Amino acid sequence: MKKLFLTLAALALGTVGLAQSGKLEIFSWWAGDEGPALQALIDLYKKRYPNVEVINATVTGGSGVNARAVLKTRMLGGDPPDSFQVHAGQELIGTWVVADRMEDLTGLFNQEGWMTKFPKGLIDLLSYKGKIYSVPVNIHRSNVMWYVPAKLREWGVQPPKTWAEFLTVCQTLKSKGLEAPLALGENWTQQHLWESVALGVLGAADYANLWTGKLRFNDPKAVAVWNTFGRVLDCANKDASGLSWQQAVDRVLEGQAAFNIMGDWAAGYMTTTKGLKPGEGFGWAPAPGTAGVFMMLSDSFGLPKGVKNRTNALNWLRLLGSKEGQDTFNPLKGSIAARTDSDPSKYNAYLQSAMRDWKSNRIVGSLVHGAVAPESFMSQFGTVMEIYLSSRNAQAAANAAQAIATQVRLGQ
Amino acid sequence: MRWFNNKDTLYGFLVILPSLVLLGIFVYGFIFQTFYTSLTDWGKDPAQALSANPQIRFIGFENYRELFTGLVDSRFRQDLVNTFFFTVFFILGCLSVGLGLAIVLDRSPRGEGFFRTIFLFPMSLSFIVTGTIWRWMLQPQGGVNQLPTLVGLPKGEFAWLTSREQIWQVSWNDLPFITALVVSAVLIFIAITAFRGGERRRGYIASGSAALLLLWAFTLGRSLQPLPYDEPHGFNLAFIGIILAAVWQMSGYTMALYLAGLRGIPEELREAARVDGASEWQLYQRVIFPLLAPITLSAMIILGHISLKIFDLIFAMAGADNAPTDVPALLMYLTTFRANQIAKGAAIGMILLLLVAAVIVPYLYSQLKSEVRR
Repeated sequence: MKKLFLTLAALALGTVGLAQSGKLEIFSWWAGDEGPALQALIDLYKKRYPNVEVINATVTGGSGVNARAVLKTRMLGGDPPDSFQVHAGQELIGTWVVADRMEDLTGLFNQEGWMTKFPKGLIDLLSYKGKIYSVPVNIHRSNVMWYVPAKLREWGVQPPKTWAEFLTVCQTLKSKGLEAPLALGENWTQQHLWESVALGVLGAADYANLWTGKLRFNDPKAVAVWNTFGRVLDCANKDASGLSWQQAVDRVLEGQAAFNIMGDWAAGYMTTTKGLKPGEGFGWAPAPGTAGVFMMLSDSFGLPKGVKNRTNALNWLRLLGSKEGQDTFNPLKGSIAARTDSDPSKYNAYLQSAMRDWKSNRIVGSLVHGAVAPESFMSQFGTVMEIYLSSRNAQAAANAAQAIATQVRLGQ
Repeated sequence: MRWFNNKDTLYGFLVILPSLVLLGIFVYGFIFQTFYTSLTDWGKDPAQALSANPQIRFIGFENYRELFTGLVDSRFRQDLVNTFFFTVFFILGCLSVGLGLAIVLDRSPRGEGFFRTIFLFPMSLSFIVTGTIWRWMLQPQGGVNQLPTLVGLPKGEFAWLTSREQIWQVSWNDLPFITALVVSAVLIFIAITAFRGGERRRGYIASGSAALLLLWAFTLGRSLQPLPYDEPHGFNLAFIGIILAAVWQMSGYTMALYLAGLRGIPEELREAARVDGASEWQLYQRVIFPLLAPITLSAMIILGHISLKIFDLIFAMAGADNAPTDVPALLMYLTTFRANQIAKGAAIGMILLLLVAAVIVPYLYSQLKSEVRR
């Protein structure tokens, strides 16, 4: 009986699928290591809707740095892709939703029963004036510190719990001849480190206040972040701006550095590309001072207004939000599902620990990965970072950050 | 309308009319549009930046004022300084390497054709390819820094593209003063040549303006401070790697120019100089180099405008985000397409256009004038 029902359901789906034809263009920055996960989703889509031609418009570049420029040209030119990848939160809202370029997806959420499947905090992040604007595919954690357990035992140090402790460990390691205990990469990974330092120094509440405008960037508390950040940088390699995040992780794996602060896509890189076992080949801990806080970012897909293949795009969004879609995509991508009902057995040891933390920890959003500040702030924050790196003047950097926050109306 | 009666002129005009129209729209029209955009607040309000029908207000030269004196735009000012140093070293490098190679090849060594091809070859590559190759070679951990280990020496430590060291720092606040000094030095030079050439009127005007400018520099110019605090800018050592790659790419081109120039100098002239008892060095100094001067000028113009608008080489070698190797063209891209500050990006574009025009227009003017004389 059950089998018959399933067959019928499959047939029904099949006829729906057959009825759908045309094209679907998906715009993302998932190439390289992340490509197979996207391909698995596309394959799943093609199984449901075999007559739809899926165009995979990928623009390479970590964290979407290049893709966003291409996307802007296309949107301004009146040629939006049917659905595009965007970091959930202010990166979408502060750029495209406020400009009235996106379709309201609240109806889709109600229709698919997603209001109870996604955590409320996440739905709030996707909402603007009570309407929801994108479908989250995954959750990544930003505040993770990576190391190789065997190496730490060799050096006789423990993963530090606070930034003060980190600086002590750093001195110990330096005295043992390790030139740069912290491995650091190009510009955006330096900002990535900054947000973990800020969270560790300020605590979750004040960190969140930065983005709502309750705590100003030139407040003494926020200036202190830059001072700690500067001392942490002294533990890092000098050739940072020449390294990709993967190369920075490699330094830890090769024993040239002890720690690296990176999002948990690093776990995907180490397990999939490097073939290491979580917990043995590499270890992890929350970034110093951030235990019990989950700094999250999420990749999501939205529906621009005026697309050519709206129905196909809506079907794509349905697939992304479904349990099957999320559990197909995330184990390959090295992230956890945004849905709370996903199947833990499909995930590896690191991801299972992240799933537990996702349900129990306090959630805050990442700056660099678009959750808490609009693109106009994020992009100019790179300049603030440069002001600090060239002058090492905490007050000057803090003043510049506040000037930009005022200019882009952060938190208003 | 006499020319209209001539059928050939009419046909000629009709043939070039389409390109005139296209040029008018797609070059001059868009220059004007960019200029207008740079005078607006497009992008200041995030809600309007990328909307379908943005509301844009006219704010005059506010974007330019911010770029030169604003708190958060120090990166743009450093980029201008970077462009200056890059242009100087790039042109000097290309000219000296090109001239050196040309002099060597001019003496017709064995396998001249082979070497000429080798030296010219880099020019056939695009800057993106050059940049990618040189990025591999200048990696901090490998490439050039590993070379000494081949002969048993310790490996090099220079952070070719990632160094944060800066030398020859000057405060941005001293810039009006220094600019005035440089301009008056140029005016005094013009005055001296004018007096020597017997153009007294011209000489008086030039020396008079130089005196006025110097007076201003030492009185008001000293107290004119664009910024309320000192902001040092200097030459970023990370640029050395970029300059090396750029010189490698373009010196073959200057070599070809100089070689053509050298081959154009009649052998009789050299013979005559030698008969007069000139040494080899005097031959070059007194006869050959002066004859090569127009070639040097052309090469400087071509190289100058390439260096002012360089983008792809640096993007490929060090990425767009690496501030020590940033130039205005890269910043324009970041400002417009990442930060959504469309008006400010347009303002940077206009400043770049002015810089390139400052190099090209005097050259075109002198070329046109000499053509008319002919």
